[in-house]
Amino acid sequence: MDFLNSLLVQPFADMFAAPDFLMQVLWEGLVSGILYALIALGFVLIFRSSRIFNFAQGIMVVFAALTLVGFHEMGVPAWISVILSLGVMFVLAVSIERVVLRPLVGQPDIILFMATIGITLFLIGFGELIFGGENKIMITEELGIPTGEFIFEPFGGFLLLEQKDVTAVVVAAVLVIALLAFLNKTRMGRAIRALGDDHQAALSVGISLQTIWVLVWFIAGIIALVTGIAWGARAGVSFALEVIAYKALPVLMLGGLESITGAIIGGLMIGLMEKLFEIYWGQPLLGGNTETWFAFVLALIVLLFRPQGLFGERIIERV
Amino acid sequence: MFYRTSGQFKTSYTADMALFPVRQDAILLAVILAFAWVILPLTASEFAFQTLLIPILIYSLAAMGLNILTGYAGQLSLGTAAFMGVGAYACYKLVTIMPWMNPVVAILMSGVFSAGVGVAFGIPSLRIKGFYLAIATLAAQFFLVWLFEKWAWLYNYNASGAIQVPTLEMFGVTVAGPTASSHVQYYVVLGIVTLMTILCINLTRGTLGRTWKATRDMDIAAELIGINLMKSKLTAFAISSYIVGVAGALFVFMWRGAAEPNLFDIPLSFRILFIAIIGGLGSVLGNYLGAILIVGLPVILNTLPETFGLPISSATVEHLNIMIVGALIVFFLIIEPHGLARLWALIREKLVIWPFPH
Repeated sequence: MDFLNSLLVQPFADMFAAPDFLMQVLWEGLVSGILYALIALGFVLIFRSSRIFNFAQGIMVVFAALTLVGFHEMGVPAWISVILSLGVMFVLAVSIERVVLRPLVGQPDIILFMATIGITLFLIGFGELIFGGENKIMITEELGIPTGEFIFEPFGGFLLLEQKDVTAVVVAAVLVIALLAFLNKTRMGRAIRALGDDHQAALSVGISLQTIWVLVWFIAGIIALVTGIAWGARAGVSFALEVIAYKALPVLMLGGLESITGAIIGGLMIGLMEKLFEIYWGQPLLGGNTETWFAFVLALIVLLFRPQGLFGERIIERV
Repeated sequence: MFYRTSGQFKTSYTADMALFPVRQDAILLAVILAFAWVILPLTASEFAFQTLLIPILIYSLAAMGLNILTGYAGQLSLGTAAFMGVGAYACYKLVTIMPWMNPVVAILMSGVFSAGVGVAFGIPSLRIKGFYLAIATLAAQFFLVWLFEKWAWLYNYNASGAIQVPTLEMFGVTVAGPTASSHVQYYVVLGIVTLMTILCINLTRGTLGRTWKATRDMDIAAELIGINLMKSKLTAFAISSYIVGVAGALFVFMWRGAAEPNLFDIPLSFRILFIAIIGGLGSVLGNYLGAILIVGLPVILNTLPETFGLPISSATVEHLNIMIVGALIVFFLIIEPHGLARLWALIREKLVIWPFPH
């Protein structure tokens, strides 16, 4: 009875007793949810256009952020470092397409998946070799990102929003809208979607696979850089950031591997629910640190009822 | 010339399907076994035992377990390390609760627990497929590692939160713990690995193996010809997790000597997946080749700068190692996506007609 009480009643009582704290928790969840969604977006783009499950997306986030900080440490002004980092991500996209993907066209999915894990290891080793393994501080102020706080007092309580988180949310929203516009309104964007719908048909109407792959990996690189800046501003930049990449995976399961809307909604859902669960159920009942697995278990349960994710394309199987 | 098959006639289907249809295969295997059982233990140094021989055997066993699930039954799993952890913790609990138990029996029993956990996490595979399933197995990975950390009963309420292998004896010989000799441990590992390999070869050749292969190649078609998918997938999960669990128990009891929960974290899962894929999915031999490559490579890379007298710090070597392993994985996937086992099959085909080209 006591257990049921702490499972079913107490958490909700806590929520109503301190609505300002609840709002704070929701805000934290929203911010991390947005960042999960951004990483998941990189996955979805690459998966849609090439059926490659790109495990390296998470490490690209770290790598992009490290490159940015690395350039700035060499004395390059902040905004020029951003441009240079974008250049590095472009070179990375071209070389991945040329060296890894092109020789592996047409191989089974699992082989391409393994190849992206190979890329992941390579980038980890390469990044640590050049930038060192220690935690670095993101150049937040140099990039002109405000670092102050907004303080509200809802219900006579206390709610603190860090301005850099607000910036991250706004930038992420702009990025998503720009991406959707690009995919839906431009020629290149339509080509990407065509490749996703039907590879052979897209090739036969003259869409170049190589160009699109480089383009998609470059866009994934841009998303990685934005995510890297936003997350780095919160937690510093090091290869420990890699763990957030794993968080994007349940987001993909929830949202479906092909759906951009799914990635965004899935990301927000996972961000919010794992924070709520950790604060109101995980810490009092399970000894905390449930964030490492909660998202996966949640996604697993959802998948049992909808095997293609909440927004994935319907699976039609033929023999 | 070396592999000439002329003169080896088969007069029945049974003979054609025998374990060694070609005599040279049997001879080659006998040579390898003689090396493993007699020559290597006599000549190897302590360093070779601890950094090469024992880990290669244990990693190949773990990869073999994964290979049954991924290579034969076609269910991609990223949670291997967690199931190894279940085996290791189960073995630890068995020998601390029942200290009189024969350690080899304890190791073989601990696989039963990981098989149970494996089946539980395998149930979603009945509905979820492909990459979705791969991510679903990550749920096992993260949840179980979290459990190893939080459930204090598992590590007997130690202050350190880690498990320490106690000194265990079998027939008066110390087989586990800090005082055990490498020779004894090597023979225990080799014995269990040999046993499991024989088991795996025969399982994958038999009815069960064919059922798995049919499930892997196209599960709906398999269902239509009357294969019970639930049975096929769950037996694959059970047997695979059993072998992986035994490998995990060996990993801690015969090699590492102690284990913290984060030992069973995701990099270990990937390491075993690399071994299985680089070795060759759907092959037993491949696991050994892959393990030799993945375990041996860093050892060689570590000793290279010293032999050439290059002044490189050990941290740099470590980073270079990761980088080179990553690049090599991509390289091997490009030259032979079906793995080293396939490479050996091609070489063998050439040897059959050597020195003639056709």
